[in-house]
Amino acid sequence: MHPMPIKHSFMTRRDLVGYAILAAIIFIVFPALLEPFRLNLFGKYLTYAFVAIGLVLCWGVGGILSLGQGVFFGLGGYCMAMFLKLEASSPENTAIQSTPGIPDFMDWNQITALPWWWEPFNSLAFTLVAVIVVPVVFSFIIGVAMFRRRVGGVYFAIITQAIAAILTILIIGQQGFTGGVNGITDLRTLNGWDIRTDEAKTLLYFVNGGLLFVVLLIAQFVRKSKLGRLLIAMRDQEDRVRFSGYDVANFKIFIFCLGGAFAAIGGAMFTLQVGFMSPSFVGIVPSIEMVIYAAVGGRLSILGAVYGTLLVNYAKTSFSESFPELWLFGLGALFIAVVMAFPNGLAGLWSEHVEPRLMRLWPGAANDTAASTAEKTPAE
Amino acid sequence: MFADYSTSDLIAIFAMQGFAGLILFSVFVLMALGLAIIFGQMGVINMAHGEFMILGAYVTYLMSNLFSAYMPALFSMYFFVAMAVAFVAAGALGMLVEWALIRHLYKRPLDTLLATWGLSLILQQTYRTVFGAREVGVSIPDWMMGSLPITDLIEVPINGIFVMVLAISISVGVYVMMYRSGWGKQVRAINNNRQMADAVGINTAWTDRMTFAIGCGVAGVAGSAFTMIGSTGPTSGQLYIVDTFLVVVFGGAGSLLGTIASAFSISQAQSIMEFFLSGSMAKVLTLLTVVGILMLRPQGLFSLKLRK
Repeated sequence: MHPMPIKHSFMTRRDLVGYAILAAIIFIVFPALLEPFRLNLFGKYLTYAFVAIGLVLCWGVGGILSLGQGVFFGLGGYCMAMFLKLEASSPENTAIQSTPGIPDFMDWNQITALPWWWEPFNSLAFTLVAVIVVPVVFSFIIGVAMFRRRVGGVYFAIITQAIAAILTILIIGQQGFTGGVNGITDLRTLNGWDIRTDEAKTLLYFVNGGLLFVVLLIAQFVRKSKLGRLLIAMRDQEDRVRFSGYDVANFKIFIFCLGGAFAAIGGAMFTLQVGFMSPSFVGIVPSIEMVIYAAVGGRLSILGAVYGTLLVNYAKTSFSESFPELWLFGLGALFIAVVMAFPNGLAGLWSEHVEPRLMRLWPGAANDTAASTAEKTPAE
Repeated sequence: MFADYSTSDLIAIFAMQGFAGLILFSVFVLMALGLAIIFGQMGVINMAHGEFMILGAYVTYLMSNLFSAYMPALFSMYFFVAMAVAFVAAGALGMLVEWALIRHLYKRPLDTLLATWGLSLILQQTYRTVFGAREVGVSIPDWMMGSLPITDLIEVPINGIFVMVLAISISVGVYVMMYRSGWGKQVRAINNNRQMADAVGINTAWTDRMTFAIGCGVAGVAGSAFTMIGSTGPTSGQLYIVDTFLVVVFGGAGSLLGTIASAFSISQAQSIMEFFLSGSMAKVLTLLTVVGILMLRPQGLFSLKLRK
C-alpha cells in the first residue's frame, strides 16, 4: 500500500476554520464584550502575540531559541515613540523648558540640541520604515555573525540574552538621549490625531488586529512553504540538510530577521496603544516571558501563540490585581509545567483531547489530520 | 583623558582600580565556578544559578543572626560555619532539583533553560515571602573590617583580600576535584560519551546528581562570600546571571583555566573603564566587547580540541 501523499496546501479547511474563529474573537467578541479600557488592555496583549508568532517560527519550527526578542520589540517601539515624542515636543508645547522644542527628558538632562540621530524621526514616513528596518538590520547582523559560524542552541540563547541586557543597560544609562528608566512617556498625537481618546484607542485596536492577521498569514505561508519544511528538517537533523546542499545559515538568518520584524511591528503598535515605551519591555525578563507565551500556546502552533499570549497575560493581570505574590509562583510553575508536562502547549491539548471528540461528532473533517501529524515535534 | 592626572596619581588609580578589579574578579570566579561545573562539564543550563547563590547568602544571614543571638563568643568565626552550611543547603536543594527536573531534560537543553528559569522565579518569590522584599546585610566580624595601607595613596580592604583567598582556594579545590580525582574522571567521561560511560560501569545517574549538587553547593559558598561585599535581596541573583554565563562561555565551556582567564579579563576591563566612564557605559562596553569577540570566536578563549 502506498503511503498517503501529504498535502502541502497553504491552508487546509481546518486551518481556515481556526483562523475564522480567531478573527471572530478578535474583531467581534472582544469589541462587543469589553469596555474601551479592557479592549485597550487586550490590544496590548495582542502586541505581544506578534513576538510569540515570530518565536513559533524561530524556536518551534526552526529550533532557534532567541531570548532577546524584547530587543526587537523595544527597537520597533522606541522608533515609534521617538516620532510621537518629537511631535509632542513642539516649541509651543515645551515653551517652559530652557531649550524649547526638544523632548522634556533631554531638557532635564541639560541637553540643548536634538541629537542628529533623532532628527530623521521628525518624518512619519521615515519612522514607519525605521520601525521595521532598524530591528531587521540589527537581527541580520546578529544572525550573520552567529549562524555563519554555526553557533546555535544554548549559545545562541545566551548571547541573545546578553544583547538584551546590554541594550537595557545602555538605554537606562543614556537617559539624556533615551529617557532612561522611565522610557519615552507622555505621547499625545500621531500626525495631529490624538491617540489618547477612547475612539482612537478602539480604532488602533482594530488596526492592530488587522496587522496581526497579516503577520499570521505570512507566518502560515512560511510554515507551509518549502522553507517551513526545511526549517523543521534543520531543527531535527541540521547536518543532513547541510549535506543535501542547502545553506543552513541563510535560512536561519531569514527566519530570525522575520521574527525580529514581527516583534518590531508589535512594539510599534504597543507604543501607539499604550502611549509610552520603556526599557522594562526590552530586557531579559520580558524577553524570556515572551517565550512562555509561545510555549503555552504550543511552540509549533501559530494560532496557539495568539491564544497563549492572551491567556498568560490575562492571568498575569488578574493575578497581579488580586494576589500579587502568587503571580511569580504561578508563572514559575507555568514554565516548569509547559516543559515537563505539556511540551505542545494548548495546541497539543486541543489536538489530543478536544479534537478527537469533535471528530467523532463531525466525521467529515478528519481527512486533514494526516498533514498535521507529519509535522509533530519529536518529543526527544 | 589622562592629561589631568600626574604620574603618581595615575599609578595609584590603576593600582586601586586594579585591586577593585581583583575583587570583582574573585566574585566572578566564585560565581562562575559552580556554573563551569554544571554548564561546562554537564552541559546543563541552570538559569536558577543566581538563586542558588542567593540561598547561600541568606543562609549566611541566618547564621550571623543565630551566632550573634546565641553564641556571641564564637561570632568572629561564624563565617566559616556559614559557608559550610551554605554549601550543604545549596547542594541539597541542587540534588532535589536534579532529581525532580533536570534528569528528565538532559536531551533537551533549551527546555532545561526554560524550566530552570521557572524555578528561579519560584525561588525568588519564596525568598521574598520568607525574608521580605528589602535587602538584608550581615554583620561582619571585626577582624574583617578596615583596610591595609600599602603606600600612602593605596589601601586595600581586608574583606576584599578574604574573598580573593576564598576564590583561589575554591578554584584549586574544583580543579583537584575535576582533573585529579576519580570522580572528576567519571564526570568528564560522561560528558564525552554517556553511553560508553554507562557501559563501562559508571553510575551515570548518580554522578550527574552529585555533579549538579556540587555545582550548586559551590554557588552557595559564592553567595555566602557575597555577603562580605554587599547586601542581599530576593532578586540579586538575577542581576548576576548574564555576567556569569558570559564569563563561562567567553572562557570556553569545559575549560576551567579559560573560565578563570575570562573572569580576569572581563573584571579588569570593567573596573578600569569604570573610573573613566560612567559605570553603566563601562559595563556596556565590556559586555559588547565580550559579545563581539564571541561572535568572532564562538568557541571562547580556551577550547578543547574536539572531534564532533
